[in-house]
Amino acid sequence: MAATEPFHSPNRPLALYALGFTLFLYAPILFIPLFSFNSGLYARFPLQDFTLAWYAELWTRGPVFAALQNSLQVGLTVAVISTVLAVPAAKALARYRIPGKGPILGFMLLPLVVPGLIFGVALLVLVSRLGIPLSLWTVGLGHIIICLPFAISILLPRFEGANRSLEEASADLGENAWWTFWRVTFPTILPGVMASLLLTFTVSFDEFIIAFFLSGTDPTLPMYIWNQLRFPQSFPSLLALSTLILVVSFGLVLASLRLARLNRDLPGRKTS
Amino acid sequence: MISIQNVSKTFGRVQAVRDVTLDIARGEFFSLLGASGSGKTTLLRMLAGFEGVTSGKIVIDGQPMQDTPPHLRPINMVFQNYAIFPHLNVRDNIAYGLRRLGTPKAEQARMVDAMLEMIALPGYGDRLATQLSGGQMQRVALARALILKPKVLLLDEPLGALDKQLREQMQLELRSLQRQLGITFVLVTHDQEEALTLSDRVAVMSNGQVIQVDTPSGLYDRPVNRQVAAFVGTMNFFDARIRAQGPDTSAEIAGLGRHPVAPSARRDGDRVLVAIRPEGFALSPQPPEGPGPRVAGRLMARQYLGGRQLLHVAVEGRAAPVAVAAVAHRGQDPWEGMEDNPVWLGWSRDAMTVLDAD
Repeated sequence: MAATEPFHSPNRPLALYALGFTLFLYAPILFIPLFSFNSGLYARFPLQDFTLAWYAELWTRGPVFAALQNSLQVGLTVAVISTVLAVPAAKALARYRIPGKGPILGFMLLPLVVPGLIFGVALLVLVSRLGIPLSLWTVGLGHIIICLPFAISILLPRFEGANRSLEEASADLGENAWWTFWRVTFPTILPGVMASLLLTFTVSFDEFIIAFFLSGTDPTLPMYIWNQLRFPQSFPSLLALSTLILVVSFGLVLASLRLARLNRDLPGRKTS
Repeated sequence: MISIQNVSKTFGRVQAVRDVTLDIARGEFFSLLGASGSGKTTLLRMLAGFEGVTSGKIVIDGQPMQDTPPHLRPINMVFQNYAIFPHLNVRDNIAYGLRRLGTPKAEQARMVDAMLEMIALPGYGDRLATQLSGGQMQRVALARALILKPKVLLLDEPLGALDKQLREQMQLELRSLQRQLGITFVLVTHDQEEALTLSDRVAVMSNGQVIQVDTPSGLYDRPVNRQVAAFVGTMNFFDARIRAQGPDTSAEIAGLGRHPVAPSARRDGDRVLVAIRPEGFALSPQPPEGPGPRVAGRLMARQYLGGRQLLHVAVEGRAAPVAVAAVAHRGQDPWEGMEDNPVWLGWSRDAMTVLDAD
């Protein structure tokens, strides 16, 4: 098609708008790494000297590592459990003619927009009524609930995009449902499973409000940051810590999005 | 080998297959031919076990199978889009069904090599399935099914995705493979030429029902109704009316005149259709010799088909021209440039098939 065709010509105002949009999204976040390399104790302009001292100081803080370990434990457990729970749910939604499928899917995804505060309070009331002591387990429980919608929304397109006749071929070649799942279905959805693990881990790792309500004496990393905000002298090293969390989170989410799209165009894909 | 007894299938309010009864012999190459929505694919999927029957029985090799799940049926299938496992290489695709049989690894490798040899893809074992062409995937799908030595092989439009040349080559290969192995093949296709080329017998399906089961030449020469006649090859249909009865039965045929036809239970004055294939006519510039029926017409148009041609002849008393087949040898085509000239149509009594009017 000719490049001169008016409808497809470059639209300069819109391109500028998109650029401004991106800046607006990321500018506030960019101040965090910026000040984490600044030698001044206070986050203000003008910047002083470049320094890695705040990162070095992080290494000397024992509680950071304890909180990191808590967050990793909760994050890994939550990622595995919510992904394992979401696989059959996504399969059922993609494969079977379920009455009221639309509303069911809607309800499953609704927790994405329910405020964490409300979930936190509700769960706190629930677990204290049940007499369950607050601990990293209760934090994990809360995180599983907010992670399930993420896991389902990643896995569902994977199941919907999979070629059903592959499973029929497996049955036809003599494999029962169990072996068909492990020999055919699971390898086809594996990139989605990986993506779901990465995303749910990130969501749990970064989550604050539910952890705030449901944790006992062991803080997660975001809670550690919150607690340390009271002490002005630890602020720069919190910025350094936040920068590290940002980098890791962005990396995981990008990897997850890439995986979720991976191999979607192989011949195994559905043809009508 | 396969006995389908009064099988019906209903999806909600749609009756996909209506009371089909068929018997398929051991070692037969049998085709289900029909347009899309005729129920042929549903019937095949019921044989494979992917769809349950709403009513009726399916007996395979003496065993009732209608309630047996697909993985326990002595049947394998070649899928429409091959359904090759994209995460496995060619070797693992072909060996897929052997795991459950507990075949030792060394024996598996030997069997797969033999299969690769049979499908003329030796040395392709380590290729990824995604690196194969359509024709190669087709062969791998065949090998993957045949390695299990099924009693019946089902083929769901197996050649539909291939281009014309490859399709014709694969048709010949399929036919000779089937002869060589002696396995019962059941093919689903909407391509009448494919069904006629490959099959020992063909069931023509429409609207969920089997309209006619016959050999390819039987279908072509003795179609039971207009639908079958129109679906298989080209056919001229003439409105006609039965005149007289008994041994002297004749038909008053629009455009062709009154001619004796085979006696039947039809009565004087009944409206019928007379069907005559394009090959059933002989075209000549002069009135033909001999006693056979004939009629004068005018050559309207020639439709060149490469090696043969269809000549369209207008006759009085009929709106559409009559299609007549003729050879078209290079340099010796007597009809070249003969458009608009008077011609004579001759045919024999045997060329006429009398069908019910619709």
